Amino acid sequence: MVGITGFGGYLPRLRLARKAIVAAHVWADPGLQGKAKGERTMCNWDEDAVTMAVEAARNCLAAASSPPDVVAFASTSAPFADRQNAGVIATALSLGDDVASIDVGSSQRAGVSALLQGIAGVRSGLYRSALVVASDKRRTKAASAGELAYGDGAAAVTIGERNPLLEFVAAHSSTIDFVDHFRASGEEFDYGWEERWIRDEGLAKIVPPVVTKALQKAGLKPSQLDHFVMPSTIGRAVAGIARQIGIPDKAVRDNLDAVCGETGVAHPLVMLLHALETSIEPGQTVLLVGFGQGCDAAVFRATDAVAGVAGDRGIVAALANRLEETNYQKYLAFNELITLDKGMRAERDDYKTALTVTYRKRDMLLGLVGGRCTQCGTLQFPRSDICVNPQCKAMHTQEPFSFRDEPASVLTWSADYLTYTANPPSHYGMITFDNGGRFMSDFTDVDVGEVEVGMAVRMMFRVKSYDHLRRFVRYFWKAVPIRAGAAQSKAA
Amino acid sequence: MARGIKDKVAILGMGCSQFGERWEAGAEELMVEAFSEAMTDAGIDQSQIDAAWFSTHYEEINVGKGGLPLSIALRLPNIAVTRVENFCASGSEAFRGAVYAVASGACDIALALGVEKLKDTGYGGLPGNLGGTLTPQWAANGSAPGNFAQLASAYRAKHRVNRDDLKRAIAHVSVKSHANGVKNPKAHLRKAITENDALNAPMIAEPLGLYDCCGVSDGAAAAIVTTPEIAKRLGKTNIVSVKALQLALSNGSEAGHNSWDGSYFHTTRIAAAKAYNEAGIDKPRDQVSMFECHDCFSITELVTMEDLQLSPEGGAIKDVMNGFYDADGQIPCQIDGGLKCFGHPIGASGIRMLYEMYLQLQGRAGERQLAKPSIGMTHNLGGSPMSNVAAVCIIGAYD
Repeated sequence: MVGITGFGGYLPRLRLARKAIVAAHVWADPGLQGKAKGERTMCNWDEDAVTMAVEAARNCLAAASSPPDVVAFASTSAPFADRQNAGVIATALSLGDDVASIDVGSSQRAGVSALLQGIAGVRSGLYRSALVVASDKRRTKAASAGELAYGDGAAAVTIGERNPLLEFVAAHSSTIDFVDHFRASGEEFDYGWEERWIRDEGLAKIVPPVVTKALQKAGLKPSQLDHFVMPSTIGRAVAGIARQIGIPDKAVRDNLDAVCGETGVAHPLVMLLHALETSIEPGQTVLLVGFGQGCDAAVFRATDAVAGVAGDRGIVAALANRLEETNYQKYLAFNELITLDKGMRAERDDYKTALTVTYRKRDMLLGLVGGRCTQCGTLQFPRSDICVNPQCKAMHTQEPFSFRDEPASVLTWSADYLTYTANPPSHYGMITFDNGGRFMSDFTDVDVGEVEVGMAVRMMFRVKSYDHLRRFVRYFWKAVPIRAGAAQSKAA
Repeated sequence: MARGIKDKVAILGMGCSQFGERWEAGAEELMVEAFSEAMTDAGIDQSQIDAAWFSTHYEEINVGKGGLPLSIALRLPNIAVTRVENFCASGSEAFRGAVYAVASGACDIALALGVEKLKDTGYGGLPGNLGGTLTPQWAANGSAPGNFAQLASAYRAKHRVNRDDLKRAIAHVSVKSHANGVKNPKAHLRKAITENDALNAPMIAEPLGLYDCCGVSDGAAAAIVTTPEIAKRLGKTNIVSVKALQLALSNGSEAGHNSWDGSYFHTTRIAAAKAYNEAGIDKPRDQVSMFECHDCFSITELVTMEDLQLSPEGGAIKDVMNGFYDADGQIPCQIDGGLKCFGHPIGASGIRMLYEMYLQLQGRAGERQLAKPSIGMTHNLGGSPMSNVAAVCIIGAYD
């Protein structure tokens, strides 16, 4: 039985209050006042579709018994158009060289499409297990509908044959060049058409035939469906489609608009994870829809294993880890949507990345892999030819050791108002790993006044710096305070 | 077995430029300013200099690479000129080159000159360092104040000091240095401040405020060294000799091994112990008359007093608050205003520290003159608490 065997979710901690967005634009469009409700997820300056995907995948794989053979990354906001983004993720998770990878994009249904291809790959026997991670951080124009409706987020699932939570039953897809919105390659922002046309000509005519066929293939009547998971930013559109098909009202799952926003290609999976964690019971049927120039519909049946689903690595925990942000200007600044005077300290000249070094040290930089001395057992970061232990100093004795999930705490720290950072003050300090090893680390997602000596931290994958001249992104790991109730990835 | 260079080298002459925001002068002019004074003090002709050591840190915003900038600015007689760089300890490193050349017998007279022109960057504070191709891809995004501020959280945790007490102690350090700077015509900053000024100043890097950070200054300092015999032959009186000069560099253990607790300088302790041994000093708190230590930040000075064995472990705050290191205390520290007020043109600082100790030993320190100092010590440190170069130099009257 092939199906979804594991899951992990990630939402950025910040929640931009919609009332803050509306307050900035209501002078030009009084009609916005009605949208000043709820909040949307907002990336920190150092997060993008890849960093969120790494965290979601990490949460997903924490409980996996073996690494996947293939990593599929779905996004319409991948940082690189030509440099395998899934490869960055695979390296960050130390999945090894012998793993297949694929980037999927260009349509809002890319997440579900990637999921279906993962399922096909495992069913065919080409892969033993697949990791599918969908993630989006979409750029929106100020005062656009998307700015209010969208959120940033990622969700990951593993597909395999052993003990699935959701057994795959059937699927159907259509491809219809219905251009509800578009973004040409290299462009920053979408261009969209009228919502009523999208709802009436697009959603209402394209989705039902596909869903109906998928249900037929699954041997299900629409009235029998327990969970209908379909995102849309158009209010009541999904409820209308469900009724049109004959799916019961109570099957329509919450699109999390009030607490998250629509996270692009990730959203079908984000909604699926939320449903899995809160309402899907053994034996129930689930239909997942992706819409974008056609439609993907996948039918699953929940197994007994869904009863034991632990909630600290999914969307429920991610939703609970929140910090309200009421400064709309900060959203514009973090996303470089306004021209800021960053000061002369921002004019550093060392952003050019020596790709030879990035490659040579890829396990260190992307995977936080250091060394363990086979002579004295000392853990150290970075790994080096000579052991750092003053009592050892043996040469060429280190083996690779991953610090990614090692418990750590703060030894020293400061909050620096002088150095350039997009989110001042810059917090950094010496973190020590409980089992050995230490380094001076950037901190992120910290509040001023929160950091203390002895505070427990976990390492998270983030953007280290942007090279705005050459448009390269450098990634590394940063220390984040461990907060009660937050999603945490533990070593399996 | 080598036993060091105690009393093998004498200081023949020293010079120091006006430190400050020298908008009207470039590095070349500053070098000549310090050199002229040193030459007049030494009473020699330029042709008598056998070799030179040149120190500057930010060569990319100063003078460019190699020894040529010094050779050209001073029109040196086609001698060896070696550029040295060891972060903020570069000045001590240049002095070391000159001193070892004389002590080894390779040269009769050698020159050490350090210069830094920091005020061409266009903004306040120290510029960041470039760090090569790997470090910027992972090192914490910091600044000098933030890196040194790390000491504060560690020192507080180790010695159980609350924030207010620490802030008052480091404020006292700066108040003391400002009071000393008032009496120094060559200092960059010459106004007194109060404890309240320091406590209420804008925050730079928690817990260091504006007055916990040294001046960013342009300047140059020079030393001409020779053997004591040659100095006597040339008519030098009140000869000051080098008693010890030791460096210790981090090897990565503070930054990568969990044996260091973050609250002190591992290297300063080693360099100081070696220097005291070389100089024959076994009771530093009793025997050291005065010292200049690397007060890039007030917290650095505070912990360094313990690292130099002048205050007991955990006892620096008490000594500071008791005035032990004030101008009228038992061991005056930064009698010339220190990095804090004299200023910190990086390449020059190690030599500037020696300049004041030398003037004091010769009885030429004017308004700042201490009564009968016999041993002057400099502590010059570059890098950051977890990775650095510590240089300790001891000079005194030549017996």
